[in-house]
Amino acid sequence: MTATWVLRTGRLSLRVRRRAVWMSVALLAVALAIGLWTLVTGSYRSSVGEVLAVFVGEGRRGLTQTVLNLRLPRLAGAALVGAALGMSGALFQSVSRNPLGSPDIIGLTAGSSTGAIVAILVLRGGSADVAAGAFAGALLTGVLVYLLTSRHGASGFRLILTGIGLSALLVGVNSYLITRADIADAETARRWLSGSLNGVRWEALVAPAVLLAVLVAGVLTLGHRLTVLETGDETAQARGVPVRRTRIAALFAGVALVGVATAVAGPVVFVALAAPHIARRLTGAPGPGLVPAALTGVVLVVASDLAVQRVVAPLQLPVGVGTAALGGLYLAWLLAGELRRRP
Amino acid sequence: MNTEGSPVHAERNRLSGNGLTLAYDDRVVVRDLDVVVPDGSFTVIIGPNACGKSTLLKALARMISPRAGGVVLDGRDIDRYPTKEIARRLSLLPQSAIVPGQVTVGDLVAQGRYPHQSLLRRWSVGDERAVTEAMALTGVADLANRFVDELSGGQRQRVWLAMVLAQQTSIVLLDEPTTFLDIAHQYDVLDLCADLHDQRGQTLVAVLHDLNQASRYATHLVVMHAGEIVATGPPADVVTAALVAEVFGLPCTVIPDPETGTPMVVPTGRAGRSGAQASVSATRGTRPSTT
Repeated sequence: MTATWVLRTGRLSLRVRRRAVWMSVALLAVALAIGLWTLVTGSYRSSVGEVLAVFVGEGRRGLTQTVLNLRLPRLAGAALVGAALGMSGALFQSVSRNPLGSPDIIGLTAGSSTGAIVAILVLRGGSADVAAGAFAGALLTGVLVYLLTSRHGASGFRLILTGIGLSALLVGVNSYLITRADIADAETARRWLSGSLNGVRWEALVAPAVLLAVLVAGVLTLGHRLTVLETGDETAQARGVPVRRTRIAALFAGVALVGVATAVAGPVVFVALAAPHIARRLTGAPGPGLVPAALTGVVLVVASDLAVQRVVAPLQLPVGVGTAALGGLYLAWLLAGELRRRP
Repeated sequence: MNTEGSPVHAERNRLSGNGLTLAYDDRVVVRDLDVVVPDGSFTVIIGPNACGKSTLLKALARMISPRAGGVVLDGRDIDRYPTKEIARRLSLLPQSAIVPGQVTVGDLVAQGRYPHQSLLRRWSVGDERAVTEAMALTGVADLANRFVDELSGGQRQRVWLAMVLAQQTSIVLLDEPTTFLDIAHQYDVLDLCADLHDQRGQTLVAVLHDLNQASRYATHLVVMHAGEIVATGPPADVVTAALVAEVFGLPCTVIPDPETGTPMVVPTGRAGRSGAQASVSATRGTRPSTT
């Protein structure tokens, strides 16, 4: 009830929390600012004015090429990956009612990697095949986790414990596959495994962007039900929420979102785990907080990608290193806070 | 409080179960049971631990689907309703409710409006009115902006009840609403239920543990034992020393409650119970009674 805006016209009505709206606007502004900074910096030196000139069609030719074909697709890729992972993490944490419910923990990242490694090593495919392999790997792992837990409603701890087990198994499979491969292929696989946005092109973003748009639209219709579902299966059902269907839809969407992100950049760790936590603290709102989590994901990945490009320039670190460092720091801080509260 | 003098007929009442067999996996809890919830009654289901009373309540709200038989709501098999439609006709407060983080009292009560909302109609004038009214009735209006996980057990139970009331269903099912509350808060919640029944004409079905509380508040008792209904009717007709001895294995005397005149169970002193060792152990919950 605190500080909300209510919109009503005819039969339509909506209630939103002011703080959540302001925080979302702020996150978007931060993402845009970091994005602009990313576009300006690079080995091809340029100013903000010069980069903005590119967008109105008055930029220098060389810079126009660099910004539109190299920097902008990379930035768009980072934003896409961040949004997909942030939203996916929010879905998993809500459905499992557990702060550790994230695609990294429940084995989807590992499964997606298995798919990509099989595409690289066994099918010897190009980058599009690797992306498809990663997506398929995430989907298959999701189905497997669901089948192993569905008898008990695929909820909470069971989902997480089963996922941890499956994740360990898949990491083993991945190592085995790489050990068996010849050195060049193994290097390709290893590079993919660290998660990178290096050399992302527009062509590679079209299919993921379309998929992301469809998934986000679908997921947003689930938000209300997921909020009610957090009060327990029976409580939610008594409120009229179709529990089983909602959970399957949320899990499927969460898995597909991870698949999209991994197909674009490989496994980018910690974003799905950290983004929903950060978003929830910022908004102070109950429920999965899907939009703020997605925007926080965007900020995390875009900032990490800028950091890995600049901090050790001209060396290019994979973005996964940046998110792991940021996410690791955040997690340590979170756990320290938890420990302080429960002495 | 109008008690039902004549026999209750399934077809004249909105909620009933016919030939219900209820089971978890392979463990059958209730077998071939018929039950009717009289319209406008405050029905209390009572019986010893593990007699199937909560299971029956869940089946009446379609939380579990019966192995055999069916539940009829407003003349139709309950399985043929969409989940949301059931939630507009009856609501249930289960024992398993979880308080999520960062949820205020106002948020949680507003969730009771879910069955009346749609994708584009999220917070109508009617929703707002129902929530305000439910919080006023349960006395939690002052707590609207407090976080639910900071409240005491008694306050929290009032908040859950407010959520159920905001749903505005004419049938309300409550699974052990007094568990974990101290005795004052138990009566507080029961008084609230009685008010809802008397003043708003709602049909209430509650699972309770305490025979004396059940006798005081119920207009219709359903007494269960080992998955079967052994007696139904107004407490004054149902609660007898013989029944309590049979169902709970507790030798007792039944006297009129000095406050309300309803039956009151007074267990026989230890001396009088010395011959009933098996029954005594059953009441302490060490072994289910089958006598």
